[in-house]
Amino acid sequence: MEIVRDNKETGSRLAVPPPPKKRLIIKKDFKKNWFAYMLAVPVIAWFIIFCYGPMWGVMIAFKDFKPLLGFAESDWVGLKHFIDFFEGPYFWRVVKNTLLLNVWGIAFGFTAPIILALILNEIRAGIFKKTVQTITYMPHFISLVVVCGMIHIFTADEGVITQLLQLFTGKDYTSLLGYSSFFRPIYTFSGIWQSIGWESIIYLAAMSSIDPSLYEAAEMDGIGRIKKMWHITLPQISPVIVILFIFAIGGLMASGYEKIILLYNPLTYDTADVIASYVYRRGLREASLSYSTAVGLISAIVNFALLWAANRVARRHSETSLW
Amino acid sequence: MKKHYSIGNRAFDTVLYLLLIMLTLCCLYPIVHIVFASFSDPVRLVAHKGLLLGPLGFTLDGYKLIFKDNSLLVGYGNTILYVGLGTLVNMVMTIMGAFVLSRRDLYFKSHIMIVITITMFFGGGLIPWFLLMKDIGLYNNLWSMILPTALNTWNMIIMRTGFQAIPAELEEAATIDGASQAKILTNVILPLSKATLAVIFLYYLVGNWNSWFNAMVLLKDRDLFPLQLLLKEILVANDATATTIGSAGGVVINSAESSTAFRELVKYCAIVFSTVPILMVYPFLQKYFVKGVYVGSIKG
Repeated sequence: MEIVRDNKETGSRLAVPPPPKKRLIIKKDFKKNWFAYMLAVPVIAWFIIFCYGPMWGVMIAFKDFKPLLGFAESDWVGLKHFIDFFEGPYFWRVVKNTLLLNVWGIAFGFTAPIILALILNEIRAGIFKKTVQTITYMPHFISLVVVCGMIHIFTADEGVITQLLQLFTGKDYTSLLGYSSFFRPIYTFSGIWQSIGWESIIYLAAMSSIDPSLYEAAEMDGIGRIKKMWHITLPQISPVIVILFIFAIGGLMASGYEKIILLYNPLTYDTADVIASYVYRRGLREASLSYSTAVGLISAIVNFALLWAANRVARRHSETSLW
Repeated sequence: MKKHYSIGNRAFDTVLYLLLIMLTLCCLYPIVHIVFASFSDPVRLVAHKGLLLGPLGFTLDGYKLIFKDNSLLVGYGNTILYVGLGTLVNMVMTIMGAFVLSRRDLYFKSHIMIVITITMFFGGGLIPWFLLMKDIGLYNNLWSMILPTALNTWNMIIMRTGFQAIPAELEEAATIDGASQAKILTNVILPLSKATLAVIFLYYLVGNWNSWFNAMVLLKDRDLFPLQLLLKEILVANDATATTIGSAGGVVINSAESSTAFRELVKYCAIVFSTVPILMVYPFLQKYFVKGVYVGSIKG
């Protein structure tokens, strides 16, 4: 902001008293930057149509929207849909599932790449390290649909994972995606499988910029490697961890519903149905347009509140924050 | 510095190496299993228990089925069209937006920035978005796969950061030489931002290739479906309310060999058919993606 102002003042010779009229500045600016403004038009138009357009459409959450009547003609119903959701049987189910799936994601999915980066950081560069990295990055490049297809194959009645589980527990399982108790582990660990290597890159990058003299000093004091990881490496990369953690919290309510839609089924709605998948199912499959818009609105508000809270906590406890 | 390796140190190293080997095998095996299975004799495959350490017999029947029925090929063609055209539109829009945001002396720049930032935190949600797409004619046609995803705000901001890293003096010199802003963009900024452009290009490319949800929601005609949506129907038939279940798979398999064994075999082949081309090129592009992670992290 400051830079912009500075440049503008030095840029326009008229800036010395008497101060020029705002209209003159704008006119001069348009004359000079007409090309940039011309390019800005389609970009801004895109944002207005595709991002602000739907925001305006949110008002159907307060109406009883009938596609045949259109936006304007449908009746206002106030908070009816919101109350329906809060009092309905699925409120707690979808809220609980959204939160728990994300607690799992943060407890396992968020920490796994950090642990991998810590391990890789201890390994000397060479063919072995390079091979490990290339192979663990690979699942990241497989499309979500195919990953979910693979999950279906491996957890089917005779799938490899089902067989392994039978071997270890001695119990007879049919398709694992049919048990609601298995949904969270399957969802979380397949996510780790797909992204552990890829997400470790950013931590490795942060680790490579740690000042080596810190380690040398620690070695003089005879400090062991695990202690060095814990007391030097982790604190040094904590700003990166904090930023990514805020993002993880911010994406909490919205995260991964495409994957849920690809993996859940009526047998596992108990643990798998989250707010976003519920909105999709009620809205587009069952055509309760107003109701699901209201549910989506609640989720967006909660999401923003969480992001704001996470940022506040981060700002209070460390020097790193988003804003 | 000379390192002294004690026994404890070596034991620690051994544990780390073992962990990494296990992880690598876990990441690799599922992919290898699918490839082996796709060449296996379907009847033996169904009867097989445990890990697959090589193809069981050898057959190309699954692949023949895929090529005989052309729905997956049509899907492949659609995907190439959507990815090609979509990525082109993405790049043009992103370059335009990034250029505007990287100008140092634009009077309305902060206003434009506010308009954009708000959309990163607030949105209308799925249903209003869908209704709007229908209203403005982006339902069930080519443009419904292109325009709604024409721009990604993150990518635009990453590219702006890249543009801003170019020294202002270069532009000033060009201006003094009488270059217009358009010339500055095409002859100064773009040639100097090749790395950023490559990274963003790859991001869009992969995103467009993998996308299926918009297609499921916005497309109705099967001959418009991209590959990923057809794969979804073949691989993931879990949605009890979907009336189209397995119709793609159905077309493929409804021939004489409509046994479960062949149905399974086609799944493996479809995965290999759609994924292996990407996994083959990926090691060569890896360094650009990795660079992209760094570029993306600077903005934070």
